[in-house]
Amino acid sequence: MVPIAYYLVLSAVLFSIGVAAFLIKRNIITVFMSIELMLNAVNLTFVAFAHRWHQVSGQIFVFFVMVVAAAEAAVGLAIIIALFRTRSTLNVDQVDLMKL
Amino acid sequence: MYLILFLIFGALCVAGALNFLLQRHPINSAISLIVVMTSLAVLYLLLGAEFLAAAQVIVYSGAIMVLFTFVIMLLNAGEEERTHGSKAAYIVGFPGAAALLGILTYIFLKQRDHLGSAKIGGYLVTTHDLSSVLFRDLLLPFEVTSVLILVAILGAVALARKEH
Repeated sequence: MVPIAYYLVLSAVLFSIGVAAFLIKRNIITVFMSIELMLNAVNLTFVAFAHRWHQVSGQIFVFFVMVVAAAEAAVGLAIIIALFRTRSTLNVDQVDLMKL
Repeated sequence: MYLILFLIFGALCVAGALNFLLQRHPINSAISLIVVMTSLAVLYLLLGAEFLAAAQVIVYSGAIMVLFTFVIMLLNAGEEERTHGSKAAYIVGFPGAAALLGILTYIFLKQRDHLGSAKIGGYLVTTHDLSSVLFRDLLLPFEVTSVLILVAILGAVALARKEH
């Protein structure tokens, strides 16, 4: 017997590590990977709540999140490749033209 | 038994995520993210989501992370250098994430008794249950996601193509 709250705390820990990595990392690929980590943490919350309330909808939601994450990863990595072709850098500090 | 399995794989998740945060080379971060995702698949199994556990291994730790690893090797990404901007990120990033973690943990542990507990075999969703909902009630959203995937493929090809 494990309280559902423990699963939620675990997913909060993973999400916070993802947020910290998103802010601290300077490599654009690692920043993108920390978004995937945050998506995974939220998926764990969905599955835990689906278990708690005996609903299939939570798991359906996770399925759609996985599909969208796969599409997002493909397009995002293509953008990173295009960015590297024009700038020859992966450092986010050197890609700040839109900054005020 | 259930608690021991949860603790082992939960600790593996947190250790992998911390290693992801602390490593400076992208390929090391990618490998530790695979550890996190695979242990999450075991946690899904413990929560009775057998289809999602398989999908997690195949889609996340399989397809998505292989794509990431390919791009890291293709672009020959080296260790990230410390720059000016990262100092501000350290000052804002760690306290912000710690505050988020503190608030969420406080709320979850306070509501602990209302949330109940999970036991093995308590609620098992088979692939049959999942697919009957997905292909009967949610057929339209499912088909829309296939269009989304098609658009994503075309977009990825168009974006990554060499300019002539």
